Amino acid sequence: MEFTLSPQDEAFRQEVRAFLAEKLPADIAEKTASGFRLAKEDHVRWQKILHERGWMAPNWPVEHGGTGWTPMQKHVFDEECALAGAPMVIPFGVTMVAPVIMKFGNDVQKQRFLPRILASDDWWCQGYSEPGSGSDLASLRTKAVRDGDHYIVNGQKTWTTLAQHADWMFTLVRTGDSGKPQQGISFLLIDMTSPGISVHPITTIDGGVEINSVFLEDVRVPVENRVGEEDQGWTYAKYLLGHERTSIAAVGRSKAQLRKLKSIARSELADGRPLIEDSDYARRLAQIELDLLSLESLVLRTLYAESEGRPVGAEPSFLKIKGTQVQQNLTDLLMEAIGPYAAPFQPEAFRDEGWNEAPVGPDYAPALAPLYFNWRKASIYGGSNEIQKNIIAKMVLGL
Amino acid sequence: MSFSLSDDQQQLAESVNRFLTDKYAFDQRVRIRAGEGGWSRQIWAQFAELGWLALPIAEDHGGLGGSSVDLALMMEGFGRALLVEPYISTIVLGAETVARADPERAADLLPAIAEGQKLLALAHGEPTSRFDQHRVAATATRDGEGWRLDGTKAVVLHGDCADTVIVTARTSGEVADRDGISLFLVPSDAAGLTRRAYPTIDGLQGADISLDGVTLGPEALLGPVGDGGAVIEAVLDRACVAVSAEAVGAMAATVDLTTDYLKTRTQFGKPLASFQVLQHRAVEMLSEAEFARALCYRSAGAMDTATGPARSRAASAIKAEVGRAGKQVGEEAVQLHGGMGMTEEMAVGHYFKRLRLIDVSFGNAAHHLRRFQALG
Repeated sequence: MEFTLSPQDEAFRQEVRAFLAEKLPADIAEKTASGFRLAKEDHVRWQKILHERGWMAPNWPVEHGGTGWTPMQKHVFDEECALAGAPMVIPFGVTMVAPVIMKFGNDVQKQRFLPRILASDDWWCQGYSEPGSGSDLASLRTKAVRDGDHYIVNGQKTWTTLAQHADWMFTLVRTGDSGKPQQGISFLLIDMTSPGISVHPITTIDGGVEINSVFLEDVRVPVENRVGEEDQGWTYAKYLLGHERTSIAAVGRSKAQLRKLKSIARSELADGRPLIEDSDYARRLAQIELDLLSLESLVLRTLYAESEGRPVGAEPSFLKIKGTQVQQNLTDLLMEAIGPYAAPFQPEAFRDEGWNEAPVGPDYAPALAPLYFNWRKASIYGGSNEIQKNIIAKMVLGL
Repeated sequence: MSFSLSDDQQQLAESVNRFLTDKYAFDQRVRIRAGEGGWSRQIWAQFAELGWLALPIAEDHGGLGGSSVDLALMMEGFGRALLVEPYISTIVLGAETVARADPERAADLLPAIAEGQKLLALAHGEPTSRFDQHRVAATATRDGEGWRLDGTKAVVLHGDCADTVIVTARTSGEVADRDGISLFLVPSDAAGLTRRAYPTIDGLQGADISLDGVTLGPEALLGPVGDGGAVIEAVLDRACVAVSAEAVGAMAATVDLTTDYLKTRTQFGKPLASFQVLQHRAVEMLSEAEFARALCYRSAGAMDTATGPARSRAASAIKAEVGRAGKQVGEEAVQLHGGMGMTEEMAVGHYFKRLRLIDVSFGNAAHHLRRFQALG
């Protein structure tokens, strides 16, 4: 069921589509559509194109460079970008740290960081998790000790996505030890070129490297790079989580994946017939499509509630759980679609630097099994799905 | 747009809930069901006064011209209260069929419906038609100026009490053809019409209806000959959304009951609510109810804006969703209530039964998932 869009929204869709047709570089779209990994340069190139058009930060207030779009326009934009094969905008700067700086940062910080985030001149990463602090984030132990105008930071962060590209890391550090674990945490912005920082890649089960360990040894961070008050960082971190709200559901991306899945299932054969006609496969595919429709409906309802100033409750948690289930089920059916050609391990075939040999099996096959294994992360990150259920149980059911 | 409600719509939802909280608590419902006919004519009269019977009927036909979203809001309230009055049969199916089949006669026929003076039922399904909307074996043959009807109609919702039964019968074509189905208004006391009435598992009423040489005048024909198939499709699409909205209300009430039970029931010296495994199961129930509600109002909006396959796909989407979700929520609710969930005296089992029976009305989850896919 497609929406009946208003004439204005339909015109907007056409405007976005025309922009993508003209400006989205073909090599980037092709990599994204094939499930290849993108280089830093690919991401930055695309984000600068968005910035040039003024469309880099739909979630920002207009005075800081936002678009002023309605919820439906934001949704249409996301969907069109995903369907056209545009890369996901890396969220750590524009979606995650920027709203915290806007809300709790001082004027100097706003002028220093926000324009560079908008222009993709700085690449940000998120320094939250630690080896001993996963779902129990507040137990973090990376320590920041005051030394005149600086903090001396020691500790280790982990699962730091794309830290290998990062110029800056927003970080939760412990500045106090008394009271509850949530107290005594501060929110620091750390220059990744600071002496004492080392980034070590972590290879994941799909054979990829997108996450890292970040070690901090006597790293000197100017006090002026602390956002807000000392020891109040937990409050800012929670505010940040609230700003991921609907994007984590990744409806546009899943629509693009569904389209790809259908196309593969039409060309793969099962018992001599197109796989898409296999009744069991078809039923599971239909169920995912229906789940995606429900997901999108709650995303839209939430966007409208936000734009009308109605309070948003536990919707982000519902959307996170269902959104990641849909994504994982899609990767499951994608891997299943290629049958035995899930087996060959050919990471060269979808690395960002490219590969000139023909892959074993169909062109679309090499990336699919790694995608499935990689995407198991989705129900673990961003507050595991079990943590989301704890949140809902407490916030909505009062259990 | 169905993602945000107007002030009027919010007031409608509130007034439905206020009325039913006051007049239709679970113990009151038990008394209503025990009364004559298994439902309350007094409540029906109050619905008429409140304008709720008139709500989805067009203004030209003596109604208030409410939207499909308005209807869904009311049905959600009915689902919370487990309403047993013949609203679906008379208003959602009956009045809608009359309005779509023959708009001119609807202006004569529907004011009495809106005022609560007459009851309708739609006699469409047959013993072997299952969920196939066009499989009609009952026949209508010309009989002088009028018609003669023969056939059997299965599980006619509130067919026991309807004053007029709208019967689908084949006037041409093969048994499963979309074309060649005609609609007839048959007085329930017509000679040759026999009803075998029964209560349904979920506390409503139904009847199997035999038509054995029922002779009718020319005025019995509703709308053009042979064009009933498209009317039935449109009516059943809307009915799918309406009962889905009812299921959304029933699911929400089921989640509330279960949550309250978890908070009060103590085992091993602490409330059940303190066990994380039960918390997460309750959250999964709530999640099913929330996503179903979001999709339901989207599909309801589509009933007024989309036509043809797009409208049908929107209806199948939500019907498949609530069929699956309703089963899960109902089964889990009984399980989380433990032995008490098995008892007649607790409301939870009644919600469970209604949710399961909504699934088998107008096509179950498997049927509508296939239809959703086929129309994609």
